[in-house]
Amino acid sequence: MIAQFAVVLFDGFAFGMLLFVLSVGLSVTLGLMNFTNLAHCAFGMVGGYATVIAMNWLGIPFLLGLPIAFLAAAAISVVLERTIFRLLYGGTELSQVLLTIGIVFMASASAAYLFGTAQQPIQIPSWLRGSYEIAGQNFGIYRMFLSIVAIAIAGLLIFGLEHTRFGARVRAAVDNQRIAQGLGINVDAVFAVTFALGCGLAGLGGALAIEIVGLDPSFGFHYLIYVLIVVAVGGLGSIAGSFVAAALLGIADVAGKYFVPELGSFLIYFLLVAILFVRPNGIFGRR
Amino acid sequence: MADDIVLRTEGLSKKFGSLEVTRDVTIELPRGARHALIGPNGAGKTTLINLITGQLTPDTGRIVLGSEDVTRLPVAARVRRGLTRTFQINTLFPDLTPIESLTLAICERKKEAGQFWRALTAHREAIDEADQILQQLQLGDVATRQTRHLAYGQQRLLEIALALATRPKVLLLDEPAAGVPKSESAALFEVIASLPTDISVLFIEHDMNLVFTFATHIHVLVQGAVLLSGPPEKIAHDPQVREVYLGSKHHG
Amino acid sequence: MTDTTQTRQDPHVWLRRKSRWSVTEIAFWVIAGTVPFLFFPTYLTLASQIAIAALFALSVDLVLGYAGIITLGHAMFFGIGSYAAGLITKTGWGEPLTGLLFACAVTAFVGFLTSFIIIRVRHLALLMITMGLGLLTVELANSMSWLTGGHDGLQGVDVWPIFNRFEFDLWGYTAYAYAFIALLIGVAISRRIVHSSFGLALTGVRENITRMPAIGSEYRGHLQTIYVISATMAGLAGALLAQTTETASLDTLSFQRSADVVVMLIIGGTGRLYGGIIGAIVFMIARDQLSGVNPQYWYFWIGLLLVIVVLVMPKGILGGLARLMGRRN
Repeated sequence: MIAQFAVVLFDGFAFGMLLFVLSVGLSVTLGLMNFTNLAHCAFGMVGGYATVIAMNWLGIPFLLGLPIAFLAAAAISVVLERTIFRLLYGGTELSQVLLTIGIVFMASASAAYLFGTAQQPIQIPSWLRGSYEIAGQNFGIYRMFLSIVAIAIAGLLIFGLEHTRFGARVRAAVDNQRIAQGLGINVDAVFAVTFALGCGLAGLGGALAIEIVGLDPSFGFHYLIYVLIVVAVGGLGSIAGSFVAAALLGIADVAGKYFVPELGSFLIYFLLVAILFVRPNGIFGRR
Repeated sequence: MADDIVLRTEGLSKKFGSLEVTRDVTIELPRGARHALIGPNGAGKTTLINLITGQLTPDTGRIVLGSEDVTRLPVAARVRRGLTRTFQINTLFPDLTPIESLTLAICERKKEAGQFWRALTAHREAIDEADQILQQLQLGDVATRQTRHLAYGQQRLLEIALALATRPKVLLLDEPAAGVPKSESAALFEVIASLPTDISVLFIEHDMNLVFTFATHIHVLVQGAVLLSGPPEKIAHDPQVREVYLGSKHHG
Repeated sequence: MTDTTQTRQDPHVWLRRKSRWSVTEIAFWVIAGTVPFLFFPTYLTLASQIAIAALFALSVDLVLGYAGIITLGHAMFFGIGSYAAGLITKTGWGEPLTGLLFACAVTAFVGFLTSFIIIRVRHLALLMITMGLGLLTVELANSMSWLTGGHDGLQGVDVWPIFNRFEFDLWGYTAYAYAFIALLIGVAISRRIVHSSFGLALTGVRENITRMPAIGSEYRGHLQTIYVISATMAGLAGALLAQTTETASLDTLSFQRSADVVVMLIIGGTGRLYGGIIGAIVFMIARDQLSGVNPQYWYFWIGLLLVIVVLVMPKGILGGLARLMGRRN
């Protein structure tokens, strides 16, 4: 029984780690630029498809496919950010919501047109397949890999934010844009780089997700709600908050579907409403 | 016992992290006062107004309106008890016309704003009162023009009109002349001069012309604390005040 | 730009003029009430769907366009109204008008309960909560398939003829007249709300929420009120759908429907009362004409439309028209 709980906890945590990689970029850019980018998971989808193309059409190995996913998503985000998104930076929330939803619609339809609606399979390397058996339960190796990658990313981000000059500029711009600009920080450049970084991470998340949850044109929508929950509950601009919220959400989702499948996702949505009601700024939020 | 004190703050203090923005401020406003609050930039004048009106919660201290302790009351509750402010940066309703903005404020005061089944035109008294206030503030001619299309000086006047619509006993004006060009400031001066004598006014100003024309009492705020408080002649000749301002001429 | 030549207008007269029904408006209703019957009798079912969608869009405009509450979950009220109207017929009572009242009462109650949550949050948290509540309702309806019929939808909804005379015919004559009158009443009520002191208060909240408490306004109460009114109107639209199609299904609660209605509003223009109606007409007719196209690709064009509207015509069709005519409609 305990072993069962342990596996559910493990699987849930791993799913949460996937959600973290997908969400952390949005948390930072929302906290930094106050730009509600509902197309964030569409960048995840782009990264996923980039890896599929790299692996299935170009024969590139999986581990190289991951940075390709990151770069592809980041590159496209730079194009969109410099051309369209920045026009709405001071604009109303509604216009940002609608514009980015429009982008998701277009991205999803394009993916369906180019790749069809079936899920895209990839072959992960043999050393990532399989599982360790402990106390009669199977702990997947890929999930361990995923968790390690996510924790490493969290560590790098926190280190980068706290100990590099760029990180200091980001923190300054998050705290007070006007003053940061007055101090000579090129807030515009900080935005652009951070946005690309965030979307790149989403792309990486999309690539990592293929093996766990699959990739199809509806990815941009389906995981959007999860990502938004992580960001809203974790608090805007908080990496630690995203990490904890993602882990909790992953565990709650997997545990819920395992132990009380009749409720479906009801539990998740209920918790979302309840948490935001009590703490509108999220668990770690300060705005 | 001093004459009728309508507003009193006692030992008001506020910190943001380790930054003390308001330090043990005690101020008294008698009925019919014309008090000015001056001080260099960053002294905490607007913060003090925010504390008095309830937009900020003090760490320590009390705010007493009349005989009532209002320290724990939210902003709207204080307004209903007669404590109103204007904003340094125009905080108006851009798409509404002055007549609509004022009628709204008056309906809110009369607790009629929630009557969604009643046509606006049925609130005849409120509209008349709104029109009257606008005429008094020399905004009668632009009453039906959208706020976003008013001249800046007229918008500043509308700021005050909105505040007057709440029938305040205590009126806090946050830099009413801020950004108003010299050509339009005459109207502003007239309006302030003709404010009802039973309203107590505390105004923040950098424009020393305005301060010395209207103020009967001046509080000098430096780094969150009251440096000096007294009649204009005393303040004008005080060496400490001179030092703080680095010169007697100051342009808002 | 100083207008020195204009003599001062009496504010009472000006306000009265602003809230009068314009000639264009009256013409619109006359045309909408006669033309479909006379010239497009084969499209009456579509017309009643458009009227219902317009009523739903109007309800969202009240909270979104006037009060500034961005909601991506309003279909929850549409769906609850739909199921309520359907379920009451299953108890044997099929009278349509009381069925509508029942559905309105149920949605008003749910709206009242959720309004307490809505007023506590803003920005992203508010968006999330509206989405969360919407999705939650779908899951709940799905799980309670013994009540709702689950994925198959509510079967056996049997509605009696209106006033015991007007049966819901296959051509849609009764349906369209029914929906049209409901829409007209909805618009009349909304007009009164918008042109009341309450309407001013909502505009105040939308335009400068900081100033509202500063003029002594307990604006949260106002927001609750409009939210409940809006929920009830959405429920009314849903109930109309259930009665005219004699079924209720999960897609009435779906995120898709919540998103579609916001798209309609954006097309037509928010905060102008008729934006939702114009948007509904454009959206539904376009969808009907392009129904041969694969639904996935349909959403590509919707996406492109959204992007273009936001960048080029952020105030929608009515906003664009107003700018063209140099004044606010």
